[in-house]
Amino acid sequence: MIWLNAVVQGLLLGGLYAIFACGLSLMFGVMRLVNLAHGDLSVLGAYAAYVLVEHLGGNPLWTFAAIVPLAALVGYVLQRLLLDRALAAGELSPLLVTFGLSIIIQNLLQQGFGANDQALNIGTFGYSSWEITPNLYLGQFEVLVFGTAVAVLVGLQLFLSRTRQGRLLRATADNPRAAALSGVDTKRARATATALALSTVAIAGLFLAMRTSFTPTAGSDDLIFAFEAVIIGGLGSLWGTLLGGLVLGVAQTIGSQINPADGILAGHLVFLAVLALRPRGLLAPRGAMA
Amino acid sequence: MTAGRAVLPAGAGGAGPSPGSVPVGLSKLTVDRSSRWSNGALSLGIVAAVVLAVLPFGAGASVINQLTQLFVLALLAVGWNLLAGYGGMVSIGQQCFVGLGSYAVLYLAQHGVLAWYAVPIAVIGAGVISIPISYVAFRLRGGYFAIGMWVTAEVFRLTIAQVQSLGGGAGASLNDLSNYSPTTRDHITYWVGLALVVLTLFAAGLLLRSRIGLALMSVRDDERAAEASGVNIVRTKRVVFVISAAICGGAGTLLIISNLQVQPDASFSVQYSAFMIFMVLVGGMGTFEGPLVGALVFFGLQQALSSYGVWYLVIVGSVAVAVTVWLPAGIWGTFDPRRRRSIVPLRHRVDYGDLVVPARTARPGATRDARGTAPTPGER
Repeated sequence: MIWLNAVVQGLLLGGLYAIFACGLSLMFGVMRLVNLAHGDLSVLGAYAAYVLVEHLGGNPLWTFAAIVPLAALVGYVLQRLLLDRALAAGELSPLLVTFGLSIIIQNLLQQGFGANDQALNIGTFGYSSWEITPNLYLGQFEVLVFGTAVAVLVGLQLFLSRTRQGRLLRATADNPRAAALSGVDTKRARATATALALSTVAIAGLFLAMRTSFTPTAGSDDLIFAFEAVIIGGLGSLWGTLLGGLVLGVAQTIGSQINPADGILAGHLVFLAVLALRPRGLLAPRGAMA
Repeated sequence: MTAGRAVLPAGAGGAGPSPGSVPVGLSKLTVDRSSRWSNGALSLGIVAAVVLAVLPFGAGASVINQLTQLFVLALLAVGWNLLAGYGGMVSIGQQCFVGLGSYAVLYLAQHGVLAWYAVPIAVIGAGVISIPISYVAFRLRGGYFAIGMWVTAEVFRLTIAQVQSLGGGAGASLNDLSNYSPTTRDHITYWVGLALVVLTLFAAGLLLRSRIGLALMSVRDDERAAEASGVNIVRTKRVVFVISAAICGGAGTLLIISNLQVQPDASFSVQYSAFMIFMVLVGGMGTFEGPLVGALVFFGLQQALSSYGVWYLVIVGSVAVAVTVWLPAGIWGTFDPRRRRSIVPLRHRVDYGDLVVPARTARPGATRDARGTAPTPGER
């Protein structure tokens, strides 16, 4: 029963990783850009929410309404002002630029808020749970996170496959030059992708901040987990990303069940094992971007 | 530097002391590698190395210790530049080998090897362990390779933090050098560092001048074209990956014998990657001299800004972003005094005499050595 509980909690945690990972996956899919500031941007969102709650009060849950649109705007501007230039400067430049960005964000947060833990306290909702059996509880907040994860991924999938904007994104992903020749505003398409990605990053960051405490440097781990989820699931597949998040979450909770200090290490080892045995991920993509 | 000359087989007087030459129309086409600049620079480098070697007899302890830290930076920069600038592999996990180098020295010292003697073994060890790592890491490309290396570093950090004999998460001290007086200790450590830097530069120069070096640059510039020309891409990349790992391991060994302690979070810190990227970018990625310039700049920044605490890292990050976007060739690549006559003779240079010089030979891209060089027969 302990093990079943570990698996269930792992699945719920995996949902959170999947939200983290889909933004990374989206930006890579559309413009082959790996955003090394991914995790730090989520922590930045968490701190922004923290400041809002400090000044305006209320349950931190309301900050979603403010931070998520704000993150989208930041993403749009970031793409237009910086990342587009980096993409034009060469293949490796985006990596270097986003890594620089990551250092800047981490240290500015450290300067502004110190290295101490912060948390977004959502009150009793944070620890209310449904009892399934005496040994198996489902946290209400965790279920909300998981539900949101599925909704975000399904929504993103539908957006990409069903809407006009989504089609433009896929065209830009497949062949930017051909898309531009056919009249697609590829700059706008890329900025839209980054805006969407940062919205998911903000959602994940806020959930993470409500789930546990956070520090200015927490973004590094978030980036690594997001990356592992993407690779475990298979590059370029959103369903793969969801599966990857779940596998990673379960690996971590089972690892901690064996030895509390080994959760993260277990996740890394499962990642390396997948890489060694199934380098294309569990769900290899069929198209350029599923 | 006669060894640096490539001789065109069709030309007369091939093996003579003069550069190989071929009559082309009314002019002579000569291919050469060394130049007055490079010969001067080599002499200057030897003089600098000798001056640095005797410096401990004249300079104070703080100068010696700071120079040792500069050697660490130079090793990190050169190691990362080989991998990213010449191999085209951006890694943010090279701290993996820094940490392994440090811990290898600790382990050997615990088993009776004097720490200074442990240094070469640890350097080789870092290179050896990178071979199996490459088999997993090479399955990833681009940014995913970068993060994959980071995960690898994290695995080693988390694993070593659990090994109690190596001090666990709290770290351990290197005790066996405490029998020596601090002055003797600092001096020998300094010389070990200097030797590592000189050997590294020498090895990097030889590597880049070799067949593998040329293959490497061709892979970096155009992987498909290189493969079509018969370059074994994976093997070439693996060679540079292993050498880069050994150099980063060298930086790690120098860190432990100068700080006399290690701790997993510090030894495997991703901050080393930030430093490496900064130095190489600012100095000039894909140039031989750039990383050294970058290490000097970074060293100066550290000295000047260390009292500002966190702000100094904010500046480091901002400069990295700005340089990537607005000065992609870095300091050396942009202000190279003689663009075509790099002071370290790595590439062949064609002197077209009074022929009209083709545009791309006249102004080779600062980071595009292999392309900027006219092809010479007998060497692909």
